[in-house]
Amino acid sequence: MSEPQRPLIELRRVTKTIGDGVATTLVRDIDVVIRSGEFVAVTGPSGSGKSSLLYLLGLLDVPTSGEVLVEGRSAGNLGEPERARIRLETLGFVFQFHFLLPEFSALANVTLPMRALGRLDDAAMRKRGEALLASLGLEGQGHKLPGQMSGGQRQRVAIARALANEPHVILADEPTGNLDTRSSEQVLAIFRKLVDETGRAIVMVTHDLDLAARADRQIRVVDGRIVV
Amino acid sequence: MRLVLDIALTHVISRVRQTLVGMLGVAMGVGFSVMMAALMEGSQRDFVTQLVDSLPHITVSDERRSPPRQPAEDAYAAVEFSGLRTPVTRAGIKNPYAIIASIESWLDGAVAPSVASRAVIRFAGRDTAANVTGIDPRREAAVSKLPTQIRQGTLDSLYKSSNAIILGDKLAARIGARVGNTITLASGTGQVLTCTVVALLHTGVSQSDETQAFTLIKTAQILAGQTALVNAIRVRVRDILEAREIAARIEAQTGYKSVSWQEANEDLLSAFQIRNFVMYTVVGAILLVASFGTYNIISTITHEKTRDIAIMKSLGLAEGTVRSIFFVEAIVIGLAGTVLGWVLGFLLCLALGTIEFKSPFVDATRLPMYYTPVHYLLAASVALVASGIAGYLPARKAASAHPVEIIRGAS
Repeated sequence: MSEPQRPLIELRRVTKTIGDGVATTLVRDIDVVIRSGEFVAVTGPSGSGKSSLLYLLGLLDVPTSGEVLVEGRSAGNLGEPERARIRLETLGFVFQFHFLLPEFSALANVTLPMRALGRLDDAAMRKRGEALLASLGLEGQGHKLPGQMSGGQRQRVAIARALANEPHVILADEPTGNLDTRSSEQVLAIFRKLVDETGRAIVMVTHDLDLAARADRQIRVVDGRIVV
Repeated sequence: MRLVLDIALTHVISRVRQTLVGMLGVAMGVGFSVMMAALMEGSQRDFVTQLVDSLPHITVSDERRSPPRQPAEDAYAAVEFSGLRTPVTRAGIKNPYAIIASIESWLDGAVAPSVASRAVIRFAGRDTAANVTGIDPRREAAVSKLPTQIRQGTLDSLYKSSNAIILGDKLAARIGARVGNTITLASGTGQVLTCTVVALLHTGVSQSDETQAFTLIKTAQILAGQTALVNAIRVRVRDILEAREIAARIEAQTGYKSVSWQEANEDLLSAFQIRNFVMYTVVGAILLVASFGTYNIISTITHEKTRDIAIMKSLGLAEGTVRSIFFVEAIVIGLAGTVLGWVLGFLLCLALGTIEFKSPFVDATRLPMYYTPVHYLLAASVALVASGIAGYLPARKAASAHPVEIIRGAS
């Protein structure tokens, strides 16, 4: 396991409230630092604010108060295009439901973020996409549509897509929630390998305490607050 | 942009039925618009062509728009005249051949003198009124299509016998006269002439064919009882759209009333303007209705693709990029529909052009279709703008959706 190093994402006294009339507080006064090379599990009961915390970390949501810093840069004053750019370059998402684009092949799904970033030519994107799929045990499967793959395979394609632009942080929301035990183990092994071999940070929201126990650090959220 | 195009095309291609419905909606709109515009403008141009061909482009008559100034007005500052006696004979155009020579010196076209009079034609106990026009056959060929409208005989046969006459074919049929028959003409001034029918005329315009007769100028002058009378100068110009300006110049030069074909048919041309306005309104409405189909389809696609939109935004695709995807889809549907509509419109025009159209006023003819790229470009422009707006509205709404809300909903 590589040593935790520089802070990648930092939440400072972040609160998120929704609703105009009757306000609901999703997360309350939270301080979190995610560092490179650490595997963090976020646990807690349903509706506790785990996913909300993840969305705040991933700049998908904007805090009602407090500050979010990505690689030392405050995201508070950034517009949506700049936030989208940070997501594209720095962050990778994996959701419970694979959320692949159904009309596109596995390879096209994986290369989509690369094409949006536009740093590689077609051949290089294809090569990298195929290499990512192969590294996740999907060699020769790139031509398949998501509908032609198993749940575990789809989730691995989603992980490959999250890794497309070599993000520094992978944010995974219940990535094994819809998988059988064998596929869940595969996903967890991939995450472990990514952290250990590439020094990326992984934040994984999960209900499964056994899986969470295999992370480097656990954050337990109850009623929108961090209790551990 | 390639990414946007790829995703848009994939969405469009993967929804074959919806895309086809949208394309067909636009295609029908464009096709029927093109057909309608071709039909309306074709009929208008055909009508104007017939109108222009059947009449001289400019007619200079022996009338004046306002009475000439009397010497008494200059000498005594008179404000009113009374007891003036209306002349019994027509004034005619003074020095007509000098005027013709003067006009010919600058005109890009042809000029011919004529004598217009009315007479009653009598044959085999039947009487009918006719407009008898005295012409110079050699000059007439340059100012009208009369030589090509002669059905039996020739225009030059007017020279072959004394008091020769050419009758409109329907006029001849009405009195039962044929080529070679001798008919009697009686004018309002009491002149009676015996004439030989030397040819029949068919213009295709019923009103002309039922009332028109042509003689030599000399014969018409005898009929009018005024030798040397020329009461009309007929002018044909190379560019018919310049007829109004040329008529004004002739009138300014000669003082005689010069009426262009546009002035003579002012009411009709105004009616055409109203008709064109109505046509373009209807065409616009057709395309607007078609654009509702596009709106519906893009709305449906964006609704179905809500989750994908959230995913693309969470991956880091900017709002503008997502909006562009659905906008491009609408434009792709609009473009494909437009091309299909062009083909449909062209085929409809060809099909309509084969239909025979019968009118009580003109000869049976095919429906006149006018082919011009302008109709196609106009329909395409309206269709694409309508498709663009129809796509932009749902695209804007979809792109502004908050990904978190959608992801939560999907979970």
